[in-house]
Amino acid sequence: MRTGTIVGVNGNHLTVEFAGTVAQNEVAYALLDTLRLKAEVVRVRGRCADLQVFESSAGLRVGDRVEFTGEPLAAELGPGLLGQIYDGLQNPLHALAERDGFFLQRGAYLPALDETRRWPFAPIVKPGMVVAAGDMLGTVPEGVFQHRVMVPFDLRGRWRVIEMAAAGDFRVHETVAVVRNEAGHELPLSLAFRWPVKQAIRLYRERLAPTEPLITQIRILDSLFPVARGGTYCIPGPFGAGKTLLQQLTSRFAQVDIVIIAACGERAGEVVETIRDFPRLTDPLTGRTLMERTIVVANTSSMPVAAREASVYTAVTMAEYYRQMGLHVLLLADSTSRWAQAMRERSGRLEEIPGEEAFPAYLESVIADFYERAGCVRLRDGRIGSLTIGGTISPAGGNFDEPVTRATLKAVGAFHALSRERADARCYPAVDPLESWSRYPGVIPADRLRQLRRLLTKAHEIGQMMKVVGEEGTPLTDFILYLKGEFFDAVYLQQNAFDPVDAATPAARQQCVFALLEDLLAARFALNNRDEAREFFQRLRLHVLELNRAPWESAAFAEQFRRIRDFAAGQCESAGLAAVAGPLRLALVETPLEAEIYRAPRMKPATKADLALRPPDETDHP
Amino acid sequence: MRRITHNILQMTGNVIAVAATGVRAGELAVVASRRGESLAQVIRLERERVFLQVFAGTAGVSTGDEVRFLGRQMAVSVSDHLLGRIFDGKGAPRDHGPALQENLVPLNGPAVNPARRLKPTTMIHTGIPMIDVFNSLVESQKISIFTVAGEPYHELLARVALQARVDVILLGGMGLRYDDFLFLRDRLEAGGALGRAALFIHTAADPLVECLMAPDLALAVAEQFALAGRTVLVLLTDMTNFCDALKEMAISMEQVPSNRGYPGDLYSQLAARYEKAVAFEGAGSVTVLSVTTMPGNDVTHPVPDNTGYITEGQYYLYQGRIEPFGSLSRLKQQVNANTRDDHRALMDGMIRLYAAYQETLEKRAMGFSLSRWDEKLLNYGARFEQELMDLSVNIPLFAALDLGWKILADCFQPEEAGLRRDLMEKYWPLKAQDHAAPQPEQD
Repeated sequence: MRTGTIVGVNGNHLTVEFAGTVAQNEVAYALLDTLRLKAEVVRVRGRCADLQVFESSAGLRVGDRVEFTGEPLAAELGPGLLGQIYDGLQNPLHALAERDGFFLQRGAYLPALDETRRWPFAPIVKPGMVVAAGDMLGTVPEGVFQHRVMVPFDLRGRWRVIEMAAAGDFRVHETVAVVRNEAGHELPLSLAFRWPVKQAIRLYRERLAPTEPLITQIRILDSLFPVARGGTYCIPGPFGAGKTLLQQLTSRFAQVDIVIIAACGERAGEVVETIRDFPRLTDPLTGRTLMERTIVVANTSSMPVAAREASVYTAVTMAEYYRQMGLHVLLLADSTSRWAQAMRERSGRLEEIPGEEAFPAYLESVIADFYERAGCVRLRDGRIGSLTIGGTISPAGGNFDEPVTRATLKAVGAFHALSRERADARCYPAVDPLESWSRYPGVIPADRLRQLRRLLTKAHEIGQMMKVVGEEGTPLTDFILYLKGEFFDAVYLQQNAFDPVDAATPAARQQCVFALLEDLLAARFALNNRDEAREFFQRLRLHVLELNRAPWESAAFAEQFRRIRDFAAGQCESAGLAAVAGPLRLALVETPLEAEIYRAPRMKPATKADLALRPPDETDHP
Repeated sequence: MRRITHNILQMTGNVIAVAATGVRAGELAVVASRRGESLAQVIRLERERVFLQVFAGTAGVSTGDEVRFLGRQMAVSVSDHLLGRIFDGKGAPRDHGPALQENLVPLNGPAVNPARRLKPTTMIHTGIPMIDVFNSLVESQKISIFTVAGEPYHELLARVALQARVDVILLGGMGLRYDDFLFLRDRLEAGGALGRAALFIHTAADPLVECLMAPDLALAVAEQFALAGRTVLVLLTDMTNFCDALKEMAISMEQVPSNRGYPGDLYSQLAARYEKAVAFEGAGSVTVLSVTTMPGNDVTHPVPDNTGYITEGQYYLYQGRIEPFGSLSRLKQQVNANTRDDHRALMDGMIRLYAAYQETLEKRAMGFSLSRWDEKLLNYGARFEQELMDLSVNIPLFAALDLGWKILADCFQPEEAGLRRDLMEKYWPLKAQDHAAPQPEQD
């Protein structure tokens, strides 16, 4: 055992004098009376190593002993991870609660996997076969999944299986196979192994482009700003804008195999909701509880700051492990700003030269590295797995022009900007439809989205203009366009998370309702003044909101759908809604002149005669 | 363990360095100078040098003065003897009563295991409609009153404390003006609540370090009472002073500042306090209501900004009213589904209309002509502000909901209110239905 002696204590940083060798990032334990406090080497200078303790250092003295383990910070990977609640260092919180009660005592650690549970192992390889890191040895059933027992990812070269267990029940650390390499080294393999959390797992044949949409059942995301399986996205927003609620909804309704929630430096109460609710909620895809497809890594804001940084790596490592089984995994990190702040605190204690807002200079590359661990991959056996990463950002003052948001925007494929204005106006989810973007394909074809975006932009411009010139200075056609924008926002972009039906909208329903709304937005309604127009859209809105509350594929939905078309058709200038519902661009009249042309009963291009018919007060040269 | 040294090597700000061995990180010491004795806490160890933060400051301390290490960490005595008592920021009596030494509990204890926290389900009734109806306060919530200097935030704090049905009230005062301390004490006394309260008061004239400890004392006591099964309300005022004390301390210790001089760990420091709010499985709860005065009424200032990211909402007290915009209780959804079936829908509907009223006000201010709809909104907004928002209104929740329906019915036609049809039928006051407009056409 290599040991050292504490010569300095500054907050949770120790300076330790050592005799032999010390490795960067290796785990060590500081001995405090009977307690062993876990720590990590973060810097070595001469005979002194700087250690970051993952706990409070209160009570340590100069002269106290430190033991080095030689191992980097690693996660335990094997069956039994699903359904667990871990802290940032992968201690199972339920087991800790059972042993220690209400509080997380210092120096209390437990193994991540239940060492007593027996798993029914079904072998696949046979003695004599040659295997390499990541190859499947056999399977054990874990919830609805066939958990693949794999050759440890850190084995180098090719190994021949010399012993293989028969099918039967095994504990995670019992030997199920023995392998030997060309040099003659023999190695027993079990159901579980360890992997250093800061190192990406890259045992796949190739990385694929993320093209398949990941359905979150949140309309504004799937339709307007989609996320792809294997993609990355970020959700920056001021406090109170609903970042965490959006993450919670995603963790509940996203159509993926496994969700890993990294609650990083946020409120404990939010994790409690997940912990308490998920075991009772049913996943409609599998019929099992949501908890069975979920892993929570909770390092909430009052838990030790040093472990906060480790928590996102612990989470992403477990996510990569399940992707390696050909599963689709979603990692939700809430909030990456807290993780960045933990880095800042550490950097400050190390007295590194600070970058912007005292964040360390390496902030950008660390963030980019983290998001690059996402990806859709073809595994060596041809199966496809994906890891999608979505991180929230809590920018200081809600201002996106700050180091963490800027660094993240460079690293992700979709940007869901939450705005305080929308949150204040109770428009949830408060994703800003004009500022957000996505580079992934979604459930609505891109050309139709472009038209919708034009309409929303135009409606917004009219709204801004109206603040200056007032309603009376706004032409009726513009006013109607403005109301259409507001209407679409209210009935489609906004979604009531607390309504059992409206909370989750399947892809097919989104396409159906979107098409209906396109027709309504394109239709020309016979409205004679602003009051009439406002009243009409108020009613139309109530009708569509009722549609949103009707269960998908129910009679009530069909009935309400028909009622909306009839109601709208009743107000249409021509016979029926279908007759007037052309392409959406018809609604995007650019000028009053264009409006006149479109509003004319005949649909033909403007001619000189049309122009001549304009009333004198509308011409440029009276 | 008791060790004494007379060798002070260095004094900067409130921090002294002495030569000593065998000292533990975080240990307490007593510095005896000609000004008297002061507590000090070990903040850093560097080989044979021990850095201590002197609570009363270093003014008048000489390099030859005695530093005596106590061999224990900062702790507070917890028992029912605390109730009715007033202490200062280091836990010493401020009220001429006896000092308490029994059942010492260390400050800044370990975090609560999230697996043993409960989802909050009990609403705290305050009689203030802007809280009960629109942003319900919930047991075990941590929530802050965002306000500016000069607002009646201590009145609000005292009112919530007196009307909330809790077992124990703990007040942590940081950097209080002495009059504010007297005001809070007198209000609690007049309301008959002092007997179930304990006050930990740091006034603006007291040593800076004690400002940082006042909330820790209150919260450590709160945690113990909650573990004993009691419902505890902790009031912390003013957290901005707490943050400024942190800033002063960090700068004097030459830490690299991150934002407007505040230390980079401001968020973690605040979280360590606010996260003490908890509902224990099988025991009591701690609810934290704090005051954050926003410098310049700027919510993006680092103090309210970091606070908002930690607390479960805020009440925005401005111009003597709790503004519906800017206020938010994140936990209201946990309780307002089970009060009355119209609670949520009415809350949403009224706020939506109030937002429309604000837009109309803007229009009027710009001199635009007002429509019939605008006139209705103006009428509604005025009544909303007068009958629900005014801080003097004191009515129970159900009465407030009924009043809400009445205001809606007096101002609008049923379909203009935009509420769900089934609720309209159940709650829309009859008087207005007599002359209601025809329902929206169906086919």
